[in-house]
Amino acid sequence: MSRALLKVENLSVDFGPVSNPIRVLNDVSFSVGRGQAVGLVGESGSGKSITSLSILRLVPEPPGHIAAGRVEFDGCDLLKLPRNKMPEIRGRDIAMIFQEPMSSLNPVMAIGDQIGEAIKLHRALDSSRRRERVIELLKLVGMPDPVSRLGSYPHQFSGGMRQRVMIAMALACDPKLLIADEPTTALDVTIQAQVLELMKKIRSEVNSSILLISHDLGVIADICDRVVVMYAGRVVEDGDVKSIFRTPKHPYTQGLLQAVPRLADDRERLYQIAGSVPAAGSIKQGCPFFARCSLRQNRCQEQMPPMFQFGSEHSAACWVTAEEEVS
Amino acid sequence: MNDVLVKAEGVTKFFGGEGRLFSKEKTPQVRAVDGVSFEMFAGETLAVVGESGCGKSTLGRLLLRLLEPTGGRIEIDGTDLTQISKEALRNSRRKMQMVFQDPYGSLSPRRTIAEIIAEPLEVFEPSMSSRARRERVADLLEQVGLSPDIMDRRPRQFSGGQRQRIGIARAIALNPALIVADEPVSALDVSVQAQIVNLLQDLQQDKGFSYFFVAHDLAVVRHIADRVMVMYLGRVVEIGPKSKIYAAPQHPYTQALLSAAPEPDPEGNTKRIILQGDVPSPTKVPSGCSFRTRCPLAQPICSSERPELRQVAEGQLAACHFAETNPIRQ
Repeated sequence: MSRALLKVENLSVDFGPVSNPIRVLNDVSFSVGRGQAVGLVGESGSGKSITSLSILRLVPEPPGHIAAGRVEFDGCDLLKLPRNKMPEIRGRDIAMIFQEPMSSLNPVMAIGDQIGEAIKLHRALDSSRRRERVIELLKLVGMPDPVSRLGSYPHQFSGGMRQRVMIAMALACDPKLLIADEPTTALDVTIQAQVLELMKKIRSEVNSSILLISHDLGVIADICDRVVVMYAGRVVEDGDVKSIFRTPKHPYTQGLLQAVPRLADDRERLYQIAGSVPAAGSIKQGCPFFARCSLRQNRCQEQMPPMFQFGSEHSAACWVTAEEEVS
Repeated sequence: MNDVLVKAEGVTKFFGGEGRLFSKEKTPQVRAVDGVSFEMFAGETLAVVGESGCGKSTLGRLLLRLLEPTGGRIEIDGTDLTQISKEALRNSRRKMQMVFQDPYGSLSPRRTIAEIIAEPLEVFEPSMSSRARRERVADLLEQVGLSPDIMDRRPRQFSGGQRQRIGIARAIALNPALIVADEPVSALDVSVQAQIVNLLQDLQQDKGFSYFFVAHDLAVVRHIADRVMVMYLGRVVEIGPKSKIYAAPQHPYTQALLSAAPEPDPEGNTKRIILQGDVPSPTKVPSGCSFRTRCPLAQPICSSERPELRQVAEGQLAACHFAETNPIRQ
């Protein structure tokens, strides 16, 4: 792995009044290498979407507020950049795909024009060259008969096709980083399979790095090289995909993997993690997973564990498993 | 387990097809449920799976007669629901209950937990004293793993998983014979989803009611179902015992559904069948076999002749001309 393309360091984000803020993102660090696909996995309220919005500085301010940290992209700290420089980066260097394609597309603009607009903002191409590029992009994302669909509007497409249009738009300027926030969650399973296949194809044909945000461990396992597991606003485990799925070190990751129902197992009962996900900002001290953890000890409640290394590419924030590893 | 609880015969539900106010054209007709027949036995869990628009939720609502069927018969415990009077229907409603998908939308925000859970008791057992009712609510809360102390709080104070438990307590209050559960865990986080699946199983073992379990996630279904029914565009394409549907699916659509779900295993996603195209609009169902436009096995006969559900193995039926010779078995 050469130098990382994206490096998030100690990022903390607060919401609410400055006098009494709620910390929704707490000391988050991870990196995305060039050409790498990294998965951010977590349940609702884990902070995965806020992380991606912070990278693009799209967190609404107020009520949001980036309290601390650095987001180093291609050698430059995005959080230090003047606000009016961000639109140049969004769409050109970093593009984003959202969960709900219908609400992210303009309903009164033909899709050919929408994709063309994304190109127009960042590249000086004349209109015929631009049209060629749009057709080329629609071909890349597997749109049947792209030339005749240029004048169609979003409502004339199915959910899966709209997501393809979104992906085409995101790829319009060959972004260095593609952030996909739950790109297949709203889709039916056979359509999800098509979009996942498309994302894999894009990985091999376009040299973009991918940051994939999902709650679905299956989707993450399918696409990613690295996995970052988040819980209640913190990163609790970070590692290459095989280590995370084969030898998870954090009790939350372990529990999550056991709780997922699988097609190929005959367990009578599913493993269950007791309790529920804590409300954002409700945990002020110690490990956020303490209340639900089966391995907890006294010190876990008092002190947040640092990320311990379990091999060169794998780390997890747990006092107990780290100690077991040593002994 | 051989007492038939639910018997559906040729059930159809069409939406639309009516005149419009300012136009001579009729609205397009959606064939949401199109000639569905099946039986459900007392104490079993029948899971209905399919993608959006396949008619699985509509079918669940038809079973409770929350929707009027366009045609067909639905018998529950020997009474034909489609024929009986309103009064009789009201009475038979105590035998059937529903658990909804959205734990945020299905509980009234203005009522206390006790009021929500006691409502079916008030309707069907009006002679019960309010004290007895509160005791019953406390008992129900314990059965679904909640503390009786929460009785006087309101839904907004609870998480999605806890709300789903409250919805389940309401559904089991009258000891129903049938519970229609419409995607009861799909809105929940993975760690909470397992709790609710286990709870539903425990309650069933205890009380012996049947679940008509509507779901799109085949992995969840595997854990809870006795039998699985697969629907596509309003029709049943395959039905059979869980063991057979998962080990030897016979319909190409079932096979594709099973292989399309990504497994949480970085080396487990190799042999995926990718279907081409989208599900056709339910206003324009293809002729013959409705799956033929996406089917990897489609032949000319599939567009001219609609395959009927027929037995392909013991207890397993599939609607495919090529079920026996199907080469893409898993």
